[in-house]
Amino acid sequence: MSQPMDGNEMRSLTLRLLGEIAPEADLTSLQPDVSFRDQLDLDSMDFLNFVVALHKEFQIDIPEADYPKYMTLNGCLAQLSAARS
Amino acid sequence: MAKITYREAVRAGLREALQRDSRVFLMGEDVGKYGGTYACSKGFLDEFGPERIRDTPLSESTFVGAGIGAALGGMRPIVEVMTVNFSLLALDQILNNAATLRHMSGGQFSVPLVVRMATGAGRQVAAQHSHSLEGWYAHIPGIRVLTPATVTDARGMLLTALQEPDPVFIFEHAYLYSMEGELEEGPPAVDISRAAVRRTGKDVSLITFGGSLWKTLAAATSLAQEGIEAEVMDLRVLRPLDINSVLTSVRKTHRAVVIDEAWRTGSFAAEISAQIMEGVFYDLDSPVARVCSEEVPIPYPKHLEDAALPQPDKIVQAVHTLLGR
Amino acid sequence: MADFVMPTLGADMTEGTLVQWKKREGDRVTKGEGIAEVDTEKAVIEVESHTTGVIERLLTKPGDKVPIGTVMAVIREEGRPTTSPAPAQEVARPAAAPHLAHRTDTVVPSPSQTGRLRISPAARKLAAERGIDPAHMQGTGPDGAITLEDIERAAAVAPGVTKPAIVADRQARMRQTIAAAMARSKREIPHYYLSTTIDMGRTVTWLKQENETRPMTERLLYGVLLIKAVAIALRRVPELNALWKEGAAVRSEGIHIGTAISLRQGGLVAPALHDADRLSLSDLMTNFQDLVKRARAGSLRSSEMSDPTITVTSLGEQGVETVFGVIYPPQVALVGFGKLVERPWVMNGQVVARPVIMASLSADHRVSDGHRGGIFLAEIDRLLQEPHTL
Repeated sequence: MSQPMDGNEMRSLTLRLLGEIAPEADLTSLQPDVSFRDQLDLDSMDFLNFVVALHKEFQIDIPEADYPKYMTLNGCLAQLSAARS
Repeated sequence: MAKITYREAVRAGLREALQRDSRVFLMGEDVGKYGGTYACSKGFLDEFGPERIRDTPLSESTFVGAGIGAALGGMRPIVEVMTVNFSLLALDQILNNAATLRHMSGGQFSVPLVVRMATGAGRQVAAQHSHSLEGWYAHIPGIRVLTPATVTDARGMLLTALQEPDPVFIFEHAYLYSMEGELEEGPPAVDISRAAVRRTGKDVSLITFGGSLWKTLAAATSLAQEGIEAEVMDLRVLRPLDINSVLTSVRKTHRAVVIDEAWRTGSFAAEISAQIMEGVFYDLDSPVARVCSEEVPIPYPKHLEDAALPQPDKIVQAVHTLLGR
Repeated sequence: MADFVMPTLGADMTEGTLVQWKKREGDRVTKGEGIAEVDTEKAVIEVESHTTGVIERLLTKPGDKVPIGTVMAVIREEGRPTTSPAPAQEVARPAAAPHLAHRTDTVVPSPSQTGRLRISPAARKLAAERGIDPAHMQGTGPDGAITLEDIERAAAVAPGVTKPAIVADRQARMRQTIAAAMARSKREIPHYYLSTTIDMGRTVTWLKQENETRPMTERLLYGVLLIKAVAIALRRVPELNALWKEGAAVRSEGIHIGTAISLRQGGLVAPALHDADRLSLSDLMTNFQDLVKRARAGSLRSSEMSDPTITVTSLGEQGVETVFGVIYPPQVALVGFGKLVERPWVMNGQVVARPVIMASLSADHRVSDGHRGGIFLAEIDRLLQEPHTL
């Protein structure tokens, strides 16, 4: 499963998944440390769909207790790097 | 420009070739005393003499083989096989010798041979004399296959073919010999690598070659009266195929009908269709259609022969189907 | 014979525009199968047949705007003869005959026999580029295939109007529709409001444990438990699960929870989660996810729009603790949930921090009284203290 993936690739994949959840959002101006919920008006269903999409794309299992760590872009990238290294 | 017949155009090309290069000679059945079955070499025996205009025995394998030998020996032979129907007797020489020697000799020998033959149906000469097998020859790597459809090509392709280092096969549709046309301006020798757009249009690409070109142009004229603008592409060269011109046209029109006098199954039209699918699938707005001959030995009676061959109305019908009309 | 009429797909819908038929004359339809697409100003809704049979005649043309109740099609119900007593041979003719006759028509709908869309590769590509959904277009190509020209025509329907403008237009119309429904509600329905704070500690703990045992793709949201609790509580106070029709409340048989879903471009819809009281939490979650997805994609079904018997709205996501909603006519009640927050809570004489949620009820006083409303909210509270029973 784990093919090497650099940070940029991970970031663009994450943004793509986010774009599928919030197609109208301008992700270029996304602030990496502010929660998606605040910036993109994601509700709990959207957020659940997002973590499930991460799960499918990166083939990682995320315990529910860790969901809050995925609430921001930087949070996601940190978790994903850790999970794949 | 004066109008000349296709027959006269072939003759003019042959004559010029014989005049230009002393290595060039013509051989085949009845090319000398009789002046050629289709009268393409009428008077040549007197003009160029028996060394250069050679009547041969009725043995295609022999005289095509002799042509290969002469070419290997530095001559520039033009071999006339009376019709494609009899060329089958020479297939071993063509496929196993002419097409392979450059490859088999590691590039040491080339076979600068030109073979001309009549092809096609439509003249009530029945099943054994009505084949359209140029598509078969186009299957063979190592040779070049030309299908002149206009008087300009009938004259000029031969001249260019003689400059080629490898064997060139020229298929002259027998139905065209009596057809008249105007020679285009420019040097007699013409390109033998590219297809030509004979009529431009935006709604559908009609792709054809040889004798079917004129039926296709007639169909395009009839379609134009209904407001359907068909682009007519004359392939001219079946091998090596100028597929890019075909794809460019289909990219524009998004629809293609291939017209080929051969039987549909395994026809050259099938090859064109496959390459269109491979090349421009996502530009297609309808399946590629084919208008080919019915899968029967070509009949002798006129009404049955007409029914068996591609005709303008069948082409028009195929276009209608593509357009959902 | 059964009439297929323009349905009421929400309060204050007076007419609808037929976008397109999904069936042809001679086609067989089964009950619950989509037969037409109707634009209600609020969304394009797939309208289902309530009869099983064969479509005898289509009376409305795509693009026609007709009032609700208008007969749009006639369906010959299973096992019944055609309208006019037809000659015996005609009855005996195989069902495929009328179907075949239409095959040659140039404007037949396009799905192929395999169910795959009949569209040329070039048309499919262009549709994707132009953001056009060809799924329900009628093709004009060979055998009804959708062609480049069909896509170009669809793209040119509003020349110069780009996609955002269409969205804006729909948003404006949706705003009007919501305005009409809400104004009518406040004008006609004497609302009363109740609220109570519910200790969610047990539910939250139970859900946490439950989700730990579930694979990622099957985890539940607490919102699903709220919906299930509302649905079960309605069994005890069924008068809230009713529709106001011609001066009287008519109790609904099934419990179909209208779930308020905000659309990302603005506006909201509240389609039904059918039989919410009878579905397992897992099924309810699956259906809920599907419903949200389709609501946002604009592909809801007519029954989902017309069936809700009560609405649940949850504004807690936006951080407010209390919501008192406006009833969506002809429904007679609406349940609101605020934000799930930690608050000081007294348990066994001790002040402890507990997750709590504010539940509210807006109800039609013509139909129910505060006493019954109170019992209803208390029942929701009780159910949420026993989450494992949900």
